[in-house]
Amino acid sequence: MLQIPCPYCGTRDEAEFHFGGEAHITRPGPEVSDEEWSDYLFNRENPKGTHFERWCHNFGCGQWFNVARDTVTHEIDAVYRMGERKPTPENVLTENKRRLA
Amino acid sequence: MQRYSFLRHVGHALRGHRHWQPAWQTAEPKKQYDVVIIGGGGHGLATAYYLATRYGIKNVAVLEKGYIGGGNTGRNTQVVRSNYFFPESAAFFDHSLTLFETLSKELNFNLMFSQCGHIVLAHSEHELEQQRRTVNSIRLNGVDAEHLSPQQLKKRVPLLNLDARFPVLGGFVQPRGGCIRHDALVWGLARAADSAGVDIIQNCEVTGLQLQGDKVVGVDTSLGGIAADRAAIAVAGHTSELARMAGFRVPITSMALQALVTEPVKPIISTMVISPTIHMYISQTDHGEVLLGAGADVYNSYAQRGGIPAIEETVAAALELFPSLSRLRLMRQWSGTTDITPDTTPIMGKTPVQNLYLSGGWGTGGFKAIPAGGDTMAYTIANDESHPLIAKFGLERFTIGALIDEGAASGVSH
Amino acid sequence: MSHAQTFRRPQGGRIDRSNAINFRFNGKTYQGYAGDTLASALLANGVRVVSRSFKFHRPRGILSAGVEEPNALLGVDVGNGMIPVVRATLMPLIEGLNAESQSGFPSLNFDLGRILDLTRPLWPAGFYNKSFKWPSWHTFEWAIRRAAGLGRLPAGTDTTQYRHLNTHCDVLVVGAGPSGLKAALDAARRGDDVLLVEQDVEAGGSLLFDSMGIDSGPSDKWLTATLAELAGMDNVRILLCATVAGYFDHNVLTIHDRSAAHRGSNAVETFWKVRAGNVVLATGAIEQPLMFGNNDLPGVMLAGAMHQYASRYGVDCGQRIVGIINNDVGWRTMLAMADTGSPVSAIIDVREDPEDGLLQAAKTRNIATHTGATPLLARGSSAVKAFRFASKSGDTQEIQCDAIAMSGGLNPTAHLYSQAGGRLRYDEPLACFVPQECRQRVRVIGAANGEFAAANAYNIAKRQSAPLKSNAQWVDYLHDVTVSDIELAVRENYTSVEHLKRYTTTGMAVDQGKTSNLNAMTVLGQLTERALAEVGTTTFRPQFMPVTMGAIAGNRRGDFYAPPRLLAAHDWHRANGAVFDDYGGWKRPAFYGKDRAASIAAEARKVRESAALFDGSPLGKIEVKGPDAAEFLNRMYVNTVPTLKPGKVRYGLMLTENGIVMDDGVFVRLAEDHFLVNTTSGNADRIAGWFEEWHQCEWPELEVIFSPVTAHWSVATVAGPNSRAILAALPGMIDLTTGAFPHMSFASGEFADGTPYRLQRVSFSGELSYELSVPANRTAATFQRIWDEGQVHGIGLFGIEALMVLRTEKGFLHVGVDTDGTTNPFDVGFGGIVANKKGDYVGARSLQRAHDQSADRRQLVGFELVNGGSVLAGAHFVVRCGKDRRSEGFVTSAVFSPILGKTIGLGLIERGFDRKGEAVQIHDNNTQITATLVGPCFFDPDGERMRA
Repeated sequence: MLQIPCPYCGTRDEAEFHFGGEAHITRPGPEVSDEEWSDYLFNRENPKGTHFERWCHNFGCGQWFNVARDTVTHEIDAVYRMGERKPTPENVLTENKRRLA
Repeated sequence: MQRYSFLRHVGHALRGHRHWQPAWQTAEPKKQYDVVIIGGGGHGLATAYYLATRYGIKNVAVLEKGYIGGGNTGRNTQVVRSNYFFPESAAFFDHSLTLFETLSKELNFNLMFSQCGHIVLAHSEHELEQQRRTVNSIRLNGVDAEHLSPQQLKKRVPLLNLDARFPVLGGFVQPRGGCIRHDALVWGLARAADSAGVDIIQNCEVTGLQLQGDKVVGVDTSLGGIAADRAAIAVAGHTSELARMAGFRVPITSMALQALVTEPVKPIISTMVISPTIHMYISQTDHGEVLLGAGADVYNSYAQRGGIPAIEETVAAALELFPSLSRLRLMRQWSGTTDITPDTTPIMGKTPVQNLYLSGGWGTGGFKAIPAGGDTMAYTIANDESHPLIAKFGLERFTIGALIDEGAASGVSH
Repeated sequence: MSHAQTFRRPQGGRIDRSNAINFRFNGKTYQGYAGDTLASALLANGVRVVSRSFKFHRPRGILSAGVEEPNALLGVDVGNGMIPVVRATLMPLIEGLNAESQSGFPSLNFDLGRILDLTRPLWPAGFYNKSFKWPSWHTFEWAIRRAAGLGRLPAGTDTTQYRHLNTHCDVLVVGAGPSGLKAALDAARRGDDVLLVEQDVEAGGSLLFDSMGIDSGPSDKWLTATLAELAGMDNVRILLCATVAGYFDHNVLTIHDRSAAHRGSNAVETFWKVRAGNVVLATGAIEQPLMFGNNDLPGVMLAGAMHQYASRYGVDCGQRIVGIINNDVGWRTMLAMADTGSPVSAIIDVREDPEDGLLQAAKTRNIATHTGATPLLARGSSAVKAFRFASKSGDTQEIQCDAIAMSGGLNPTAHLYSQAGGRLRYDEPLACFVPQECRQRVRVIGAANGEFAAANAYNIAKRQSAPLKSNAQWVDYLHDVTVSDIELAVRENYTSVEHLKRYTTTGMAVDQGKTSNLNAMTVLGQLTERALAEVGTTTFRPQFMPVTMGAIAGNRRGDFYAPPRLLAAHDWHRANGAVFDDYGGWKRPAFYGKDRAASIAAEARKVRESAALFDGSPLGKIEVKGPDAAEFLNRMYVNTVPTLKPGKVRYGLMLTENGIVMDDGVFVRLAEDHFLVNTTSGNADRIAGWFEEWHQCEWPELEVIFSPVTAHWSVATVAGPNSRAILAALPGMIDLTTGAFPHMSFASGEFADGTPYRLQRVSFSGELSYELSVPANRTAATFQRIWDEGQVHGIGLFGIEALMVLRTEKGFLHVGVDTDGTTNPFDVGFGGIVANKKGDYVGARSLQRAHDQSADRRQLVGFELVNGGSVLAGAHFVVRCGKDRRSEGFVTSAVFSPILGKTIGLGLIERGFDRKGEAVQIHDNNTQITATLVGPCFFDPDGERMRA
């Protein structure tokens, strides 16, 4: 059972959260082609490794936030609030150690 | 191929079983193949088998990074059924079921196909309406399905608690539905494919695709490069990774789907029962274990390791419908990586890369599709054109919006 | 009648001889002592055969003294039914316990199933793959199924209470043997919050039977002192009779706590979920059997287990015990056992030259020794009589004995480590798999980490099978897998460790291979000429030991499985005759009265003819407020939002981003910057979450907040021509005349008694209708008030089903019924609104795709039956016949309309908008009926009644 460090409330059980899928997907305007729209709507990175994803602490503060999580080990390498900078692969482990500690 | 039969078996028994030959050969990769199939699961092996036996292409290799059948083919709950809502789904899955019905004989390998019936429950008036819509649809698709009253259900499944929190108001059965021993299917296909000339190469991981322009010409593997005129991807649980190697994106999310078994007991459930409302699937294996299929963990995962919440949900649901199971003990739980598509329909056919074909996005329901998947992919590879049965399963459906959303339309989970 | 405990020693052991306990096994009464396990008590009474094997029905005796037991899996009843597959080695002996063997027909000692054993060559691994194909598997399956299964489902009702407990700790120590106790003590002294879990009934592990010195003092004293110190610390919790069964992500572990499981009808089982800072695995190691012929005969036991029975329970497992050993630890076990007085007559070592000291020690104890021996087979039919081996010089020798203690070396109990994602490595000197690395915060200590003995005091010989041709060396006792099965699998190329496992089923039984995996891999390595490091091992899965399903579900049973939401006026409705049903998680009145059809018709008629009251409280209500509220909602609805005036109500549709109809309902503009959004009842939470997600993740710059108020306001819907008169009579009601308060208006006010209210004039029935909202705590009073005022106007009550009749007559959409996960707004007649909407909104772009624009889509229409009769929702519209017959769509709603006196309905049918007036065939379950397609509205098409 995942223990997710909500950036607002602290670490809580997976059961308190709602998973929102891949984060940082840019929503295009209505002028884009069918192909671009379909890419936004359906295609996903789905990596084997670090996945940037969003979660909502819906049985807690109700806030959405971002998580960098390894899809093989399920280890959480970073959590950060909406609008905060997406950590690069290099700093994903260092920059957020502080918050996870 | 050394034939299997009861009499031969007895003959071998008298000689201490010392003269059985390998079910399939351990092959070394050749430098070049007409077709390389990436993934030695059910779909990969079936594709190779049909290529060699139906479509005359015998210079084929199946590359498996671990052992054959080690992915989802060996981790599922062995359900075979074709009770689908949309005509295109029904036609495809019924083709599969029909192939299954004679496959043990064709492969000369007992797949232990038991057509014990597949029952779907309804728990409210609204669900009964939905179910009527589904059953009519199934039957109009030419597939067998029968409504069952609560009393008829109780007769078929005596342990079923009709007065559960969500009472059982009815259900339907597909009598031809059933289960197949998953490992037997893998081994039977491997043996027959091998005998037809296919090279089955285990412990051979594909690390890259050799592309020339927008055309595939071979694969890089942990055992070296292999040239190929055509290549197919059949790697449930790794489709996104292989697509990335080929340079295109797919609408797939990989999630862990769990299953669990209890300690074995004498026969108590003789059919398969599924409740879409409370996400519970139950059957009893020939070993006597009660087998439960759980829902997927809700997040992306390649761990092949499940969490606690899905198990608690599933066990609670099972006990709500089968309270007398409460004192049985859960023996083992395991999980497979399922590639979920937005509409829960597979993605099959050609890809943006020439001569590269894809059979993926099988979600939680790929096992039952293995023979049809193999047959139609083999056709597609041989003709460089989608088999009519999978014409609507291509990647392009996401661009034009022509999704085949079985779950949304019928409420029957895959 | 009690049988004497003939194998119980006159003294010794940790049992309480003053406390005799009676129990039954296979119908006979026996006696044991408090402190016994069922296994030790059976052994004390000389019971040798306890079960028949799974496949060949061979007689089997107790092999071990712990969780690894593959044979003594019995049915045990202690007052809560005959529970199958209970490990007798872990089952505390309890007064009145009734145990039975689970196999053997007609009886345990005379089993006709032995025929299978006599024809064993016919049933090797995978025999069913090669045979039983003709005429079909189904012909044989029933027989195989009946033969399988280790026990029966318990009869009667389960009276156990199942609990879940959640906890945190700094350190979770698994196993209270010497290593675990030390680790717990160290952590506790550091001030850590410690949870120590032991599956035995007492802490101590090997110290309970092995008096090795600890901290250079006697182990008994150390154990007593340690337990006393731990007990005195309030940062230490100790769970006994509890098994850590699962090790999950993020250091979450599950514990199956059976400490109160054997209290008959007052039993409690607890399922713990522990979030551990750090985990210490001190789970010990499991002694492995040796492979030789008939190594499954009753009387062949693990040496350490035999030692434990002697020392801890005062039970000798034989009168002439022979040890078959391949390592020094096994020697020390035999010597220690001899020192307790056990009749050890010989030790046979496969090694050429065990350490001199060991040989000397045997000599001084009068134990014969044979070194460099090759174990061949045990002789006997249902109990050991002799052991045959090849001596160093090669000649065959036989030793008489009635018990064989075997020590094939130890294998760390690394199951939890493996579950945690830890990798194991094959250690050549130790000849077993030991923990290597794990990403979780876990430490493995003691025997679990391969620390079996002081350095160079283990000296295990190479593990191998006996040089026999017959298939009589057991690898997996539980699944009856022999060395020959593995040979066959290898011959047939099932040489990957997973293929071997699945082909032979070795290691897949309820013990998950605790005494078989290592030997199976050994044989596999031997046959394929691979080192064990190369063969590898399988991954262990939860559960380490099987866990009761009830414990996993906890109290999520019955209503607690999914607690229904009750209306604030639930009791009021019940008092008025409501029949409740589940609707989107709520228990709501389906209708009032006894006769379903008659009640529904009467209620619907009442609404059309006078007035009736409906509880609309579950209607989703979300307040949306802020300067950008209108802009935000404009991006959520297909409809245009900003043009709505305060005090006015508009009906709208919401789409998914894929353009699918997701929800519908009205929204109210309370003020310039303040809206009230109504959602369908089942979607209230989902839409609130939907708004938050779009706002927080996509448009955080919009200044708007959301407040779900569904449960705050109860809704009394009063519908019918008389509804205005009824509501107008309530003191404090606003002016309800149409001029002052027309259709699609909103107002708020306060009743004379101080109850605040909100009022919407909207209609889902097509009649003049008001939705009156009051705070939830004023619900019943308000309902009663309306009821009382309504009496003079002939007021009635109506439930959901009558509402469905009314809204179908009007052709009003019911999302989720008349739409499914493929329906877009065009399909339900919203094309005009889509065309008029300006700007982007959720789902808009998807509607431009070819498939969404297609004219061939299924569109919502009404239908009437040409020749009367009835039809049910779920029937299909079909064209053509025979094999070409094809569905064009389906009936989504069908009701008998009392006011129209006929069955009417709505349906989704291909190109339906252009086909009005066309006759179509409706097909349901092989019957067919003709209908005419019409517009969706059957009653008062101009809406005069609701605007009146």
